[in-house]
Amino acid sequence: MTATRDDIFTKLCELLGPFNTDKIELTGSTDISTDLNIDSVSVMDFVMEVEDHFDIDIPLNVLSETRTIDDLGAVVAERLEAK
Amino acid sequence: MVDLFDKHRDIAERFQRMMVLGVNAVGVTNEAILSPTRAIINGRETILAGTNNYMGITFDPDCIAAGKKALDDFGTGTTGSRIANGTYALHRDLEAEIARFLAREHCIVFTTGYQANLGMLAGLCGPKDTIFLDADSHSSIYDGCTLSGARLVRFRHNDAADLERRLRRSADDGGGRLVVVEGIYSMMGDRAPLADFIEVKRQHGFQLLVDEAHSFGVLGPNGRGLADEAGLEDECDFIVGTFSKSVGAIGGFGAGNHALFETLRYVARPYMFTASPSPTSAATALAAVRKLAAEPERRERLRENSCRLHAGFKALGLELGCDEPSPVIAVKGGDEASTIAMWNALLAAGVYVNIALPPGTPGKLCLLRCSVSAAHTGDDIDRIIALFSEVVASGADLKQSA
Repeated sequence: MTATRDDIFTKLCELLGPFNTDKIELTGSTDISTDLNIDSVSVMDFVMEVEDHFDIDIPLNVLSETRTIDDLGAVVAERLEAK
Repeated sequence: MVDLFDKHRDIAERFQRMMVLGVNAVGVTNEAILSPTRAIINGRETILAGTNNYMGITFDPDCIAAGKKALDDFGTGTTGSRIANGTYALHRDLEAEIARFLAREHCIVFTTGYQANLGMLAGLCGPKDTIFLDADSHSSIYDGCTLSGARLVRFRHNDAADLERRLRRSADDGGGRLVVVEGIYSMMGDRAPLADFIEVKRQHGFQLLVDEAHSFGVLGPNGRGLADEAGLEDECDFIVGTFSKSVGAIGGFGAGNHALFETLRYVARPYMFTASPSPTSAATALAAVRKLAAEPERRERLRENSCRLHAGFKALGLELGCDEPSPVIAVKGGDEASTIAMWNALLAAGVYVNIALPPGTPGKLCLLRCSVSAAHTGDDIDRIIALFSEVVASGADLKQSA
């Protein structure tokens, strides 16, 4: 069963919950690091949760070009397709 | 025009908030160093309990004599890199001594410990390889990984099952695979469960690098580090270490038995494009490594002191970074402001420890990080415990909630 973009977005927001301590409203264009004011280690910890939930591999190198939730959603979709 | 410093305004404000609470905790000045365990800070004598000077070897008369002689014989600096004019007999002797100490075929010396990780990681790995690194790895490992251009996969701290899962998940794209762990983790003081990782290594096949920065000279029957303590040296392909802790100088090294190991001298940019260690530093490191080999009683004293401080803190009910004693003993603080206040109170009471704050710590912890020295006396350790007791007694934030 393939996850739709909406499914992925909803799940990413859910996984981001514990890191979004300022409870900022999340949209596709939310910048994970700067808008949510979370540090570099927390971003990596969040991505680890994403990897484990979807059972995919997101190398850290990919993250340098991944800023928004939609950017990350696209990476997740691409990795799920490649599985 | 965008001011390049705009992005740093938050960190500047964070620094200002710290300064309101007392002195600059990340820029303490030692006005004089009296011994490996004493300095003058803010005009008063202070016990040093956050120096990584594990063997207390920085004032060893033989090391000082070796440094002075090197200064006289070889001058103040080498003015060149190892691949140009910067290789002296001292560097060669030091490499041979470390190789002998570690019982390895090859050793390459780098100018700092930071550069040892940069050089080894960027020398070993390239864009077609994958590095699996422990989530709690030191920044020099992260930076070395970035410099290498390799694919970077981060696994959960000290979790061999998680590494195994990520090895399976990661596409086998034909490139090399390097796993990186540390002997003792610098913030929490815990060891890598080396046997578990080596079990995964037997199943999956990869090369293993152990950063023994905090464990070289410290752990194992021969002082060779965690691999020595665990009896698993043959399974550890590459060892990285530093001279700025147990060796009491500055510099670092990589070591291994691979037939092509010496090739790293011609591909590792952090080795090739920086000046070699100063004669003084190379000579003091050489003398110190010989001491580590000849004087195992230093390790025993360090072990006793570490156990004494660890047990003393436990008896106070402090929440510690790890259950197993090591020379790195981290006390978990409350929030950032209360931990900084506690750190100031400790310094005012006469003991210097390190403050460690996120994102430099795992799990967003604020830590009062102590490092133990073989040169601490039993009285020093008891005094540190007493000062923590006093400061803790006045600050509920540090007490274990259980």
